[in-house]
Amino acid sequence: MNAPLQPTTLAELADAVRSAPRVLAIGARTKPRLSAVASDVTLISTLGLSGITEYQPDEFTFTALAGTPLREIAVTLAARGQYLPFDPFLVAVGATLGGTLAAGLSGPGRFRFGGLRDFILGVRFVDGTGRLLRLGGKVVKNAAGFDIPKFFVGSLGRFGVFGELTFKVFPRPAATLTLRLPVADATAATALLTTAASARWEIDALDLLPSADAVALRLAGPASALQILAAEILARFPGEVLSAPAADALWSDLRELRWTHPDGPLLKIAITPSQLPSLAARVHALSGRLHVSAAGNAALVSLPAPTASLGLPALMLRGPGPLWLDAPAAPAVVAAVKTALDPQNRFPSLAA
Amino acid sequence: MSLLAAPPHVPDFARVLRRLAALLPPDRLLAGPAQLAAYESDGLTAFRTVPLAVVVPETQAEVIALVRLCAEEKIPFVARGSGTSLSGGSTPVAGGLVIALNRLNRILRVNPAQRLAVVEPGVINTAVTLAVASYGLHYAPDPSSQSICTIGGNVAFNSGGAHCLKYGMTSNHVLGLKAVLATGEIVEFGGASREQLGPDWCGLFVGNEGLFGIALEITLQLLPRAEVFHTVLAGYRTLEQAGDAVSAIIASGLLPGAIEIMDALALEAASAAVHAEYPPDCEAVLIVELEGPREVVAAQRPQLDALIAASGPVEARPARDAAERAAIWKGRKSAFSAVGRLSPDFIVQDGVVPRRRLGEALRRIAEMSRAAGIRCANVFHAGDGNLHPLILYNGTEPGALERAEILAGKILHMCVEMGGSITGEHGVGLEKRDYLATMFNADELDCLHRLRAAFDPLGIANPGKMFPDGTAPALAQHGLHPLEKAGLISRE
Repeated sequence: MNAPLQPTTLAELADAVRSAPRVLAIGARTKPRLSAVASDVTLISTLGLSGITEYQPDEFTFTALAGTPLREIAVTLAARGQYLPFDPFLVAVGATLGGTLAAGLSGPGRFRFGGLRDFILGVRFVDGTGRLLRLGGKVVKNAAGFDIPKFFVGSLGRFGVFGELTFKVFPRPAATLTLRLPVADATAATALLTTAASARWEIDALDLLPSADAVALRLAGPASALQILAAEILARFPGEVLSAPAADALWSDLRELRWTHPDGPLLKIAITPSQLPSLAARVHALSGRLHVSAAGNAALVSLPAPTASLGLPALMLRGPGPLWLDAPAAPAVVAAVKTALDPQNRFPSLAA
Repeated sequence: MSLLAAPPHVPDFARVLRRLAALLPPDRLLAGPAQLAAYESDGLTAFRTVPLAVVVPETQAEVIALVRLCAEEKIPFVARGSGTSLSGGSTPVAGGLVIALNRLNRILRVNPAQRLAVVEPGVINTAVTLAVASYGLHYAPDPSSQSICTIGGNVAFNSGGAHCLKYGMTSNHVLGLKAVLATGEIVEFGGASREQLGPDWCGLFVGNEGLFGIALEITLQLLPRAEVFHTVLAGYRTLEQAGDAVSAIIASGLLPGAIEIMDALALEAASAAVHAEYPPDCEAVLIVELEGPREVVAAQRPQLDALIAASGPVEARPARDAAERAAIWKGRKSAFSAVGRLSPDFIVQDGVVPRRRLGEALRRIAEMSRAAGIRCANVFHAGDGNLHPLILYNGTEPGALERAEILAGKILHMCVEMGGSITGEHGVGLEKRDYLATMFNADELDCLHRLRAAFDPLGIANPGKMFPDGTAPALAQHGLHPLEKAGLISRE
């Protein structure tokens, strides 16, 4: 495989797509399995397409090139008291905005205001014929045309190469407070997650930790209110308030996936709270670990060794093995949409 | 390969009607002129078309059979809920079917533990919240017509409402759906999880304006109902002052659930319609609402009150109880249909501008409206820059509708030029299809066309909407929707 192409402008990105019969965009390759494709595929690095091109704090929007590191975005937003509420993963190790969108990876903060799909507003991308197109918009509200930007969440670079992305952002809450609530097992965890998720507390993040023995519950808002809410929650679910450094370490370890087996499969799974106990049992039987986010809706599974099935569809982000486990059958329209955006199959199929 | 183009398809209407009669009993197959009249137009009352027939399925299987019949016979179909579209989204197509989905109005499943509801497309928006309120949950999207519009229509047009800045649009609350595509294929996108693997098919389907197919079952996410609200109504001498107050609130780091502004003409209409009392001699009224746990709202309330006090209002009135809050929202949500009291006809616009340019946009709308000699009321979602200029005209005056449409077009061009959008929440529909090309270039339009063809290769699903293709229905000169006149529906 040749060295990846390195476009530095959007026009060069379009040229790069047209330059080879089979191409795939890569960012920092922090989810390497997503771009581990056949050797005849020319890789296009987006790392040369980096930087925030427009930031309007009073509009709650920014636009950045696809290869912009999340870290740079987080720092820029923080300087104006704003943030990406969906808590993207792998910030410290250099994950890019485009790679995060392609992988569809939203972190714990997505519980309160939603994930990538709820914050992506617009996209400039190159389709399979090499055309640079802009769809969606740059304002926080827009209903013109089909919602291609949302479609691209989790699209794995198989339908178009992102050049520039526009996102909505929110003001950063004044304070956060994290509680650690021990649970006896996955069934108890599920009960806690579902009860807390419907409560009046307006929880910011609600995760079952990879240690499997506790739920982390984060509150966000005015500091004075959080203390009162925390006391009420602890009266209902015994546990402790973490110190600020301990809380930072907990969320940072989750965000950077420090709990995972470094070489084994890392899989993303969409679940419902009721599926949590059986998934947890299966993962533990494989000596794996599990981080469950969004009150029992999103799971990351890390295994020491490959497995054929987890009983639910799973996407391999890292490690050996196929891209999908138990992939659901695709309806005919999926192929038709692929053809619409990529008539020459320049991008790999979603299946591989 | 033949050098001759294929002859245009000529549907056999008699055969179509015979086949429909075999599918549905006579009381659910409407084809007489009087029966069809009620379906000739929707919330965009300036356009009307008589369809071939209106069919009223009661089951998903019937909807699927009807769509497959349309595909086989190559005749167009338009799915319709309550017909409240303000962009003409459910205006019939001549020679086509209107598939009225009102009887598919079952709430199939409520799962309070997973905070979701699975509903059929004909379920009324507010019925979802009613069905789940006992669990302390609610369905967030709140278009002004929510007491009558259907979830199916909300899904097709990605409807918004007053709480979009914080909570997003319909699309952000649809987790999964089952649909029959225009090809007759049955698909299931998304599911019961708030997470998904692979591309967001569900997100692509929502907002398709009826061009992909018909949603049969929709999985909606529910949110815990906010424990308390702090709703403030503040009157200002000038629109600029109200706009400045919004900027100060946005800059403060607060994230209100809603930030709305009504101008003097809209206030006049609303006070006449619902007897709302607004501070006197104001050019603008601002409505801001905080919501959340009582401790959070208690902590944020002094901050908001101080910001408003510092913004120089004539008067600021916090709602003291639920009844006062409801009265504030009733005035706001009735503003559009209330404008019907000021003018026999009006066009509701839906452009978006960057929020910081709201003041400039409103000044330019006022100038254009003066220059055209046409009155224009403004009600808008100030938090997200979504304008709703109401362009007043008298349809019985020759040329009045055309002049109003010219002004509407100028406003849309201004929105695009300012970096905004031609539609925030009503969709392109029939009304703005000629303006889609102001936002997208030829390649981008081609991409949208290709996508449409992937879902609907025959072009039979709601043709003539979103894209300037298909036959244009006749412009009609008539006033409010009958239900609007009866006070049953209102526009946003």
